[in-house]
Amino acid sequence: MSDHEPSTALLEVRDVNVSADGRDILRDVHFSINHGEFTGLIGSNGAGKTTLFRVILGIQEHASGEVLLHGEPLTRSNRSIGYVPQKVLFDPDLPIRARDLVALGADGHRYGLRRRPRALHDAVDEMLDAVDAGAFADRRVGSLSGGEQQRVLIAHSLISRPELLLLDEPLANLDPGSVQEIIALLHRVAQRQRVAILLSAHEMNPLLPVMDRIVYVANGHVASGTTDEVVRPSVLSALYGHHVDVLRVHGRVLVVATALPVGPAPNDEHPEFVVE
Amino acid sequence: MFSSFMTNAWISGTIVAMLAGAVGFFVVLRGASFAAHAIPNGAFAGAAGAYLVGISPLVGLVSFALLSALGIGVTSRRTRNDVATALSLVAMLALGAAFLSVSLIYEPTINALLFGEILGVSSSQLAPVLILGVVSVAVLGWFYRPLVFTSVAPELARARGVNATVVDVAFLVVVALATALTVPVVGALLTFSLMIGPPAAARILVARPGWAVAGSVGLSLVTVWVSIGASYALNLPIGFFVGALGAVFYLGARVAARRRVTRPAT
Repeated sequence: MSDHEPSTALLEVRDVNVSADGRDILRDVHFSINHGEFTGLIGSNGAGKTTLFRVILGIQEHASGEVLLHGEPLTRSNRSIGYVPQKVLFDPDLPIRARDLVALGADGHRYGLRRRPRALHDAVDEMLDAVDAGAFADRRVGSLSGGEQQRVLIAHSLISRPELLLLDEPLANLDPGSVQEIIALLHRVAQRQRVAILLSAHEMNPLLPVMDRIVYVANGHVASGTTDEVVRPSVLSALYGHHVDVLRVHGRVLVVATALPVGPAPNDEHPEFVVE
Repeated sequence: MFSSFMTNAWISGTIVAMLAGAVGFFVVLRGASFAAHAIPNGAFAGAAGAYLVGISPLVGLVSFALLSALGIGVTSRRTRNDVATALSLVAMLALGAAFLSVSLIYEPTINALLFGEILGVSSSQLAPVLILGVVSVAVLGWFYRPLVFTSVAPELARARGVNATVVDVAFLVVVALATALTVPVVGALLTFSLMIGPPAAARILVARPGWAVAGSVGLSLVTVWVSIGASYALNLPIGFFVGALGAVFYLGARVAARRRVTRPAT
């Protein structure tokens, strides 16, 4: 759990506190991410995962704490961090093809009208191939399915060659087959391009085979480490503030509130079956 | 219709069509149609005010269009709802009505301001119209990629370090300039149809952003040229033809797109 090695960590989040309207969203959040590792950011809806991403991206004001990249404080908009937000709505009539969106990841922030160099077109094709999106590269993004859009967004964020890729709930609203495909694809890309991945999800099981580390968020607090270090009754009970059990069945993990009858509405106070 | 006194109409109409087609593409892309409807009403009040105090209408058009554009920008940032835009729209229209009734100008002039006039740009105004048009297109070109990026996926653009406020303000200024130049030709009430119709049709027909801009400019040119000719020949307000053609192009594009669905995607 303790990861105080600023010399080796790619990203270090130190004692970050965020509050809004007098309510604490994140409290003393502390963890680090290593080069090339696959980290799962696990927590239920409203636990503060998106807020944490916004802090890392430098677009969320926080009361205290700091985020270090290579041991240096973050500047606003860091090229080394790619981002795939939770929900991007594309109008079906939008005159933007998949390849146009990927190219914007490389030069969308640039002013002036210069012709795109040949090398950029090649890089776009390479990224689209890397995420198996070559087949629909020339279709409008708004006409693609959720899983296809997800691939294009990943290619968009990878084309700037980030060292860290943040993905906010990329598996939500995907059918089980697409979930497996996206995870396999991310794992492959992470290893090939040597990019570290921080992926948020409310469900950890699909990620267990690929996750190097886990950052578990509940009640605005986090616990981090390997899955074995974090997903234990003692650690999670302390996070949730009351007792939970961790069951392992057929290689799957179930986090179950101990004294709770079946069927209550899920919320932060009472971890229901934190599983599919 | 090609006699010498019509030369101004063709030249100014062509400048206005190209500008409105290009600016309109981004208006539609950003979902800013309502602002594009409100800003011309601000310009209208400015022109009416200019008649009242006896200065060049172009000065009134540009200054009031800029004021309403920035006002809409500031209030929508604060409240994030379209009521602010709606209120500035009606307030400007009311102000314009008051200015006109006090200044005792001819009814045809009022009509021209509201519904357009093929001779709306005098030869003395041609140079300023050309200069402002070139400046607007240059700003659009300079901001082209960040504009597309912030329109398509604002959150991604912000994460990539695009300063959305700078892009927003620059865009509203360009909309205001384009509006100020378009209102005398097409009229305050129908200027926005030139900024919406051709780009909305073009983006359905063309999937690439760059070509969609070109398509929008092309359709806008056709719209204005046909409208000038028809307005001259039939003695109906030019705004009528601009509005009608915009709707026809949009419906035509929808039908064409629907028929295309049965064939492989292009």
